[in-house]
Amino acid sequence: MTARLLAPLAVAAALLAGAAHAQDRPNLRIGLREDPDIMDPTLARSFVGRIVFASLCDKLFDINDKLEIVPQLATGYRWEDPKTLLITLRDGVTFHDGERMDAEAVRYSLLRHLTMQGSFRRGEITDLETVEVVDPTTVRLRLKQPSSPFLSQLTDRSGMIVSPKAAEAAGRDFGARPVCAGPFRFVERIAQDRIVLERFPAYWNAASIHFNRVTFQPITDSTARLANLQSGTLELIEVTSPSDVPAIRRDRRLALSTVEGLGYWNLIFNIGNGPRAATPMGQDRRLREAFDLAIDREALIGVVYEGLHTPTAQPIPPASPMHVRELRPAARDVERAKALLREAGVRTPVTVDLMVPNSPETRQAAEVMQSMVGEAGFDLRIVATEFASSLAAGVRGDFQAYLIAWSGRPDPDGNVWTFLHSRGAQNDGKYANPEVDALLDQTRTESEPDKRRALYAEAFRIALTTDRARLYLWHPKVIMAYAARLQGLALLPDGLIRLQGVRLR
Amino acid sequence: MWGWLLRRLGQIIPTLLILSVLIFALQQLMPGDPAIIMAGEERGDPQVLAEIRAELLLDRPIWEQYGAWLWRLLHGDLGFSWRIRQPVGALILEKLPVTLQLGLMAFVISVAIGVPAGIVSATYRDRPADWVANGVALAGISTPNFWLGIMMILFFSVQLGWLPPSGYVPLTEDWRQSLATTIMPAFVLGGGIAGVFMRHTRAAMIGALGQDYVRTARAKGLPERVVVNRHALRNALIPVVTLGTIELGRLLAGAVLTEQIFSIPGFGKLIVDAVFNRDYPVVQGVVVVTAVIFVSLSLLGDLLYMAINPRLRAA
Repeated sequence: MTARLLAPLAVAAALLAGAAHAQDRPNLRIGLREDPDIMDPTLARSFVGRIVFASLCDKLFDINDKLEIVPQLATGYRWEDPKTLLITLRDGVTFHDGERMDAEAVRYSLLRHLTMQGSFRRGEITDLETVEVVDPTTVRLRLKQPSSPFLSQLTDRSGMIVSPKAAEAAGRDFGARPVCAGPFRFVERIAQDRIVLERFPAYWNAASIHFNRVTFQPITDSTARLANLQSGTLELIEVTSPSDVPAIRRDRRLALSTVEGLGYWNLIFNIGNGPRAATPMGQDRRLREAFDLAIDREALIGVVYEGLHTPTAQPIPPASPMHVRELRPAARDVERAKALLREAGVRTPVTVDLMVPNSPETRQAAEVMQSMVGEAGFDLRIVATEFASSLAAGVRGDFQAYLIAWSGRPDPDGNVWTFLHSRGAQNDGKYANPEVDALLDQTRTESEPDKRRALYAEAFRIALTTDRARLYLWHPKVIMAYAARLQGLALLPDGLIRLQGVRLR
Repeated sequence: MWGWLLRRLGQIIPTLLILSVLIFALQQLMPGDPAIIMAGEERGDPQVLAEIRAELLLDRPIWEQYGAWLWRLLHGDLGFSWRIRQPVGALILEKLPVTLQLGLMAFVISVAIGVPAGIVSATYRDRPADWVANGVALAGISTPNFWLGIMMILFFSVQLGWLPPSGYVPLTEDWRQSLATTIMPAFVLGGGIAGVFMRHTRAAMIGALGQDYVRTARAKGLPERVVVNRHALRNALIPVVTLGTIELGRLLAGAVLTEQIFSIPGFGKLIVDAVFNRDYPVVQGVVVVTAVIFVSLSLLGDLLYMAINPRLRAA
């Protein structure tokens, strides 16, 4: 009898205790656009995975809002010579399993990224030759050749340091229970449902963390994701559909944060990849220039993307110090476009197949382009293709023009080299110009920012203004919506969610 | 009876084998290179692509891939998800209860609405009750799940704040929350199927009510309730049971759109994500398990006929 009376009291007490605890440090629920892939920094590939990693795995370096490299697990760095990098480490940092994060762990992690079978980091740090442990808080990295982009690779997954003990024990299953040195530690993952992290009390910067738990929930439908935010079951969401923005702005319980992203949307022309390159569009640069002149980027962005994104004519975003300011999109000039077509001696309308990944917004963007270039004398046929199939068709060269995005990297090299260099693996149009190759190779070794920017400017003048290898269209904004109670969220151009200093009122 | 059961079970094995060949053959027709989609934005490194192909046996002939997969399958191993590196068997076991719960709830809702509505509609044929039932059934069948789901989320979750808009809580964790998270998707799913049940029950009942034995039953002076429930309904149920097993199978195979809208981590979401990511082991595993479910349900349907209709037992 007593037990029966006391049971509800005990439950109430437990609930109150729980509530008090929760008030002390609340939980945070974040809605992601898709389910991340494997949570192993060496094997991971997806952008949403990087959002989770930002709370789970600290990196040697991070970036700031000016895309400058700032220390995170490192305290500083010094180039001893163009091929030797000395990194000093934060002392007293521990991994989530209590192991010490030291020079040995850094050496282990970098070599794991470099040598593990199937590592997606190898390409990023391929210039790394050896890692020497100088003392417990100092490592010396020797490179095969001077590399300007190298340091910036350590601001992303290549710079994430994992617990050697846990990584050795788990082997290829490390992603099922990652152990790093970030602000939150891994609790559980239910595929396609949630990834749960909890505050790591021994985090080196624990005072800046104001949440007890963080739950990442993949919700693929943008309307459903927004509904979750509106109904209060999520506190923060990725906004992937700009058409949701007006509704968010109208809702006083919600707030919106946007920042210029690192990525871009561009149109790849098939210039030399297989038989489908043998079209007037693929072979005559004047047609590609005419196509460019027929497009009004501002209008397109206004119609399809609520005017949010930034028109561009180059792969380097305005947020980057390497952005080539003098290279701006040309104003729409249909008469000049028509004149170029006449000059090229082609019969109009010129038929162009445009492959676009099949999503409502990209299709709409393609339709707007179709109507714009139609006025200049192009018959743009939209080939909406499922995303994975479009990637394969791009590699095979089974396209004339291909509208596709790149998520962007902090260092311009990640936005340029692999796409415009003749040996670039993502140069789907197979554009090749030895002059451009030489300039792009120089950008990789030039460490003086002004000189490096000048090299990019010259490479773009040849590849984009003269050869018209690709047509860059816009830099998308990173858009996050959140409960107005959430404060202190500072978005950086990489679009990751950094929870240091963020709190719920 | 036992001989029959053994014969039926004997048919299942070749069915599943043929299906496994089909899964493999069809997947070859899927456009897109799994290694490229796996590599995502890191597809720039040809060495990485080669390593992926080697690890996943994608560089081997198709029959060799099939043989390796079938051999593992016979040992109860469905392989690993290429994308998240979790065992496919564990993934399926994790999603199966979710889909079972959602599917059964939707099934109960659809039967509870559809069958009585069909009976009423048939017994009051061409009268207002029939018209109303038909109208509602038609609306249920023709309303797209996608639209209804979003509308329900906006109304019950965003406007009224009564139900969580998405996600899933297991029954074992908190049964109230579990029901709260599944009631809307179950209604969306079940609502559409209720219309199908209603139409089929109505047609079968109208057929049965016109039979001689029903006229005889009425002539014997049996009350109408007994005529409808004992004589007509029992015979009319056979096609409805067939339909029921098919619909239940469809529900358990995953309600693709509904699970996407409500972010229910079940079978439908598992297979859709796997197809888009070319995560073949997951696609294969889910299809095999789904096939086993379908085949078992069809067997269950046959057993149910016997329970309902004694003549079939003798046969």
